[in-house]
Amino acid sequence: MSNVPRDLPSDLKYTRSHEWVRSLPDGRVEVGITDHAQAALGDLVFVDVPAVQRTLAAGEACAVVESVKAASDVYSPLSGQVSESNARLADTPELLNQDPYGAGWLMRLTPSSQSQLAGLMAPDLYSKFLDEESA
Amino acid sequence: MGLKTPLFDTHVNAGAKIVDFGGFDMPLHYGSQLEEHRAVREGAGMFDVSHMCVIDLRGLRVRAFLRRLLANDVGKLRVPGKALYSCLLNEQGGIIDDLIAYYLDEHFFRLVVNAGTRDKDLLWIRAQARQDAVQVLERTDLAMLAVQGPLARELAVGLLQAELRATALGLNAFSGAQIGDWFIARTGYTGEDGFEIMIPASTAARVWSGLRAKGVVPAGLGARDTLRLEAGMSLYGNDMDESQNPLESGLTWTVAFEPADRDFVGRAALEKIRAAPTKHMVGLLLEDRGVLRGHQVVQTNAGPGEITSGGFAPTLNRSIALARVPVGAASPVSVDVRGKPLSARIVKPPFVRNGKSLISL
Repeated sequence: MSNVPRDLPSDLKYTRSHEWVRSLPDGRVEVGITDHAQAALGDLVFVDVPAVQRTLAAGEACAVVESVKAASDVYSPLSGQVSESNARLADTPELLNQDPYGAGWLMRLTPSSQSQLAGLMAPDLYSKFLDEESA
Repeated sequence: MGLKTPLFDTHVNAGAKIVDFGGFDMPLHYGSQLEEHRAVREGAGMFDVSHMCVIDLRGLRVRAFLRRLLANDVGKLRVPGKALYSCLLNEQGGIIDDLIAYYLDEHFFRLVVNAGTRDKDLLWIRAQARQDAVQVLERTDLAMLAVQGPLARELAVGLLQAELRATALGLNAFSGAQIGDWFIARTGYTGEDGFEIMIPASTAARVWSGLRAKGVVPAGLGARDTLRLEAGMSLYGNDMDESQNPLESGLTWTVAFEPADRDFVGRAALEKIRAAPTKHMVGLLLEDRGVLRGHQVVQTNAGPGEITSGGFAPTLNRSIALARVPVGAASPVSVDVRGKPLSARIVKPPFVRNGKSLISL
């Protein structure tokens, strides 16, 4: 199904594995999964977030989200170090369904370089990617 | 593109996410599987189960035929309308399918079998039926709805003519009857009270919207699976198949070894296994955080086993599973969940019945 209305905030960058990245004013980034990803997974029932201070490579599996249907890995969009992870998700994984770009954030990361952000997709590119993926 | 039930368009129009199940395009959920699950535990939900196969069996020797065909004994059925759950076995004791048999009259029984096994079941049943001259008729003209939950029966009878309602509400558990245009049975696959209703396919969409208007919540296969898992009920293809026998699949209670002279298909093989079973089915409750899933390996004091069905139990807010483990396995056991050993406790299913947890958390 193409041209489905999608919730893709314009200030975020996106990955081909359906994570989003938000640049924070202090130079860190916030990471979560997209509205498309949460809808495809169905109701989330368990989220395992990365430990604080863990060092991640770009593309490394860093979190697990499990829905009523299946388990799915989340990949770090950037290399860097985890500075915070969203502890609320342990008891309320449904935040990922209800507010994927807000209260459902997974982790905050200090990226090893800001230049990596340029390699991520802008909303229009991600939207096109979703069209191709579902075609 | 798979086969479609008479309610396919209704599901699509309701925004259902459609998946393949047993060769049919079926609704997985209509938005939230968890909400659908809770609707059935707390109120009333309805499932399109028209993909299941209704088979009418008629003949002078139909009872004798079924006493040979099925591992459970239809000889127990003496009151018309009474139903029996049974396995259909091959000669090796392997499970061809699980089914419900209804005794309607001395020359008329009805079977309900799974969608994915329909073709092989019909072949097997027809081959076996010849010697008893039993007529086998697949009822593709019927649709089937399961209306389940504490409010299900009360809401469903609201669609019947007033003079028929008392009859429907008077049905005993695991019994059915033709009531007006509907064949109504007080059966289900959720651990809740409710009906399974067979209706002319041409009326399915109208009945569905009528139930919807009464407040019955459409529920998909996703909720059906979490509900049946909480209820400790087996799913053919996951918990058992032709490579497994009922004695090692948690279905010993469905095999009627008495009377000893009833020579049912698979009996000789089962007698041997019965003398020294090596595996059995248990329930698991995950003590650590995570989610149990089918095919995960279970390490026990008596050797390794395997999860056959696992998932998140919304009523318990914990993860549970059915697992086939060596006889003698004791708690705690360890389950390999995505490379991590997590601790689980062996419990006796069902986990949930009539909205309430039956195990200590």
